[in-house]
Amino acid sequence: MSQRTLFDKVWDLHAVRNLPSGQSQLFIGLHMIHEVTSPQAFADLRHKRLSVPFPERSVATVDHIVPTENQARPYADGLAEDMMVAIERNCRDYGIRLFQPGSGKQGVVHIIAPEMGLTQPGMTVACGDSHTATHGAFGAIAFGIGTSQVRDVLATQTLSMSRLKVRRIQVDGALKTGVYAKDVILHILRTLTAKGGVGYAYEFNGSTIHAMSMEERMTICNMAIEGGARCGYVNPDQVTFDYLKGRECSPGGPAWDRAVAWWRSIGSDRDAVYDDHVQFAAEEIAPTVTWGISPDHGVGVGERIPQAESFAREERQTVEEAYLYMDLKPGQPIAGVPIDVAFIGSCTNGRLSDLREAARVIRAHGGKVNAKVKAFIVPGSEAVKAAAEAEGLDRIFTDHGFEWRHAGCSMCLAMNPDKLTGRQISASSSNRNFKGRQGSPSGRTLLMSPAMVAIAALEGKVSDVRTVLARSQARA
Amino acid sequence: MPAPVTITQLSGRAIPVVGNDIDTDRIIPARFLRCVTFDGLGEHAFEDDRAQLKAQGKTHPWDEARFAGAAILVVNSNFGCGSSREHAPQALNKWGITAIVGVSFSDIFYGNCVAMGLPCLRVSVADSDAIQAAVSAQPGTVVTVDIDALEVRAAGTTWKGQMGAGHRQQFLTGQWDATSELIAGLEQVRSTAKRLPYTSAFA
Ligand code: SF4
Repeated sequence: MSQRTLFDKVWDLHAVRNLPSGQSQLFIGLHMIHEVTSPQAFADLRHKRLSVPFPERSVATVDHIVPTENQARPYADGLAEDMMVAIERNCRDYGIRLFQPGSGKQGVVHIIAPEMGLTQPGMTVACGDSHTATHGAFGAIAFGIGTSQVRDVLATQTLSMSRLKVRRIQVDGALKTGVYAKDVILHILRTLTAKGGVGYAYEFNGSTIHAMSMEERMTICNMAIEGGARCGYVNPDQVTFDYLKGRECSPGGPAWDRAVAWWRSIGSDRDAVYDDHVQFAAEEIAPTVTWGISPDHGVGVGERIPQAESFAREERQTVEEAYLYMDLKPGQPIAGVPIDVAFIGSCTNGRLSDLREAARVIRAHGGKVNAKVKAFIVPGSEAVKAAAEAEGLDRIFTDHGFEWRHAGCSMCLAMNPDKLTGRQISASSSNRNFKGRQGSPSGRTLLMSPAMVAIAALEGKVSDVRTVLARSQARA
Repeated sequence: MPAPVTITQLSGRAIPVVGNDIDTDRIIPARFLRCVTFDGLGEHAFEDDRAQLKAQGKTHPWDEARFAGAAILVVNSNFGCGSSREHAPQALNKWGITAIVGVSFSDIFYGNCVAMGLPCLRVSVADSDAIQAAVSAQPGTVVTVDIDALEVRAAGTTWKGQMGAGHRQQFLTGQWDATSELIAGLEQVRSTAKRLPYTSAFA
C-alpha cells in the first residue's frame, strides 16, 4: 500500500480494535513514568485491584521534583520526598524499572529514553507529560497523556484515542550561523500559532530537518505541543539509525539489520497524502526570542515587539495581557531587555550538543556572567552530565561564572528549589513562557536557544549571538 | 468495576472565565502538583491569576460571591493548553465544575476531561461571548449543558453545541471511563503486541 504517512502506518499497526465510542484502542510500545503524574494512577490501580500486564514496556525515572544541588535523602521538601517514596514503592510493587539519581541513568524522562535506545522508529510512545512529543524525532508516534490515561496504559498497555490529521511542515535550505533548531521551532510556532495544530500530528520534513542531528530533531519535536499538535515526528533516516546503533536497548547482532530494514519501511511514502502542508525557508529564520506569555509570542532578535494590530482579532486580548504581564511595550526592540536569571537545561535544550554550543559561544565571547545575573546550567540527564564533564564543559561554565548542577527539570517548571522570585525575568532554554511557569507567580520568561541564553547571561541583557560569533570569527 | 455512570445533561449556575489560551499552569500552578492524591486541589484553582487580579484591585470570577457554587464553566478558545497535568481538570472539578462550555480545548486537556467524566461542549466564538455575557448579567441563572441534544440552554435561550460523536456516545452510555472497555480487549491486545516487529522480529 502506498500513499501513507508514517503516522498512518504506525497507527494502523498499533490499532487493536475499534471501541464502541468510535475511538481506537491503540497499543503503546513504550510507556514512560515520572513522579508527578503517576501516583494517582497507581492509587487507582490499587483501588480497582488491577494488575499491570506488560510491566517490561514501562520505564520510570524522577525528574520534575529532584533538587539539582543537594540530592541527599530525605529531601528537604517533605512533599517532594513523599512523591519519591510513592514512585519507589509503585515501581517495586508492579515490577517496573526505575532509574534513580545516582544510577547514572536518571534524568529528564524525554532525555533518558532516547539515550538508552528505548525510543525507536515505528513505536507508539506515551508518557504523562506533554513533551512526550520529543520522541517523535525518531519516527515514533508519541503522545502526552493525563493521569487517568497513565492508569489505562498501566492496566492494559493501550489508550483510547482518535486518529489525528497530519500536517507536513517542510523546512528547506541551510540555517544561518547562530540560528539553531530552537529558533526553527519558535519561528514555526510564531507563524502557525499556539493553537494552529489542535487535532493534528506535525510531520517535520525537508532538507533543513533531515540535515539536523537527532538532538536537534528532538528540540523541534519537543515543542510541537506548544503549537497545539498532539505529536510531532521526523521520518527516520540514516542519522536516526547511526544514533541508535550500539545503544543499550537498541537491537544488536543480526536483529540490527532486520530492525533497520523495517525502520526504513515505515517512513511516509513519497506520494503520501497529507491533510495540510506548510513550507518554510531556513534562510529566513533568525535567532528568535519570545517576548510574551505564550510560546508563539516570538520575534527575531533584531526585531521590535509587535503591535497588537498585527495579531488576529481574537488574539489581541492575550497580547495586551502579555505586554502588561511582561512589562514590555509594543515597538520596543527585544534586544537589550535586561535579564536577572539565565537557565540552560530542560528536555528542549538540555542535551550534550546544547551544552557544547553554549560553551563554544561563551568562549567566543570571553567574558564572565554579568554581576546582576544568576546563571545556572542543568544537564538533562546524569549521562549528559558525565559526558559534559569528560569534555571539560563544566569547567568552562564555572570559570565564566555559571553554576553547574545535577540533572533534572529544574527551572523549566520550578517544582524543585530552582525558582524565579518576584518579578525576575529569565532568559531560558526551556519551552514555556506561561505566566508563573518558572516558580514565581509574577516571574517572567524569555525563551531562546541555549547559545542565546549564554550570551544574555554574559551581557546581562538579550543580545544577538551572531554578533559574538562574527566578532570571534574576525579575530581568528 | 463500578457500574457505568451515564452523563446526559448537567445543570447549575455558571461562571465565566474570559480569555484565550488559558494554560494548565494558570489553572493549577506547578507547586500544587507536589501531591500524591488529587484531593485538596480545588481551593488552588487559578490561584496565581486570582492573586494577581487582587493586587491590581480587581477580582477573578473565582472570588466573586455571585459565582460561588457554580457548576458550569464558560471559557473561550484553546482552553487548557500546555502541560498534560490532569491536576488541572481535577482542580476545576474538585472546586465544583461539572461541565465546561467553550470555543475550543487543547487535545490533552479535552481527553483528560473525558476520562474523568467532565464533558466539554464546543460552541461558536459568538456564542461563548454571548453565554459569558448572559451569565455575568444574571449570575443566578441556571444553565443546562445537554450532551444528548448538544445544546446549552439558559433563561429561554438555546445555543447549539458540538461534540465528537464518539465522545458524546461515551457520556450518554457511561463508557467515558474507558478502562473497563480497554480491559475487555486484553486478548486482542496481546495478539497485537505479538505481531509488532519490535516485540518479535528484532526484540
Ligand atoms: S524539562 Fe520541563 S518540559 Fe521537560 S519534562 Fe521536565 S518539566 Fe516537562
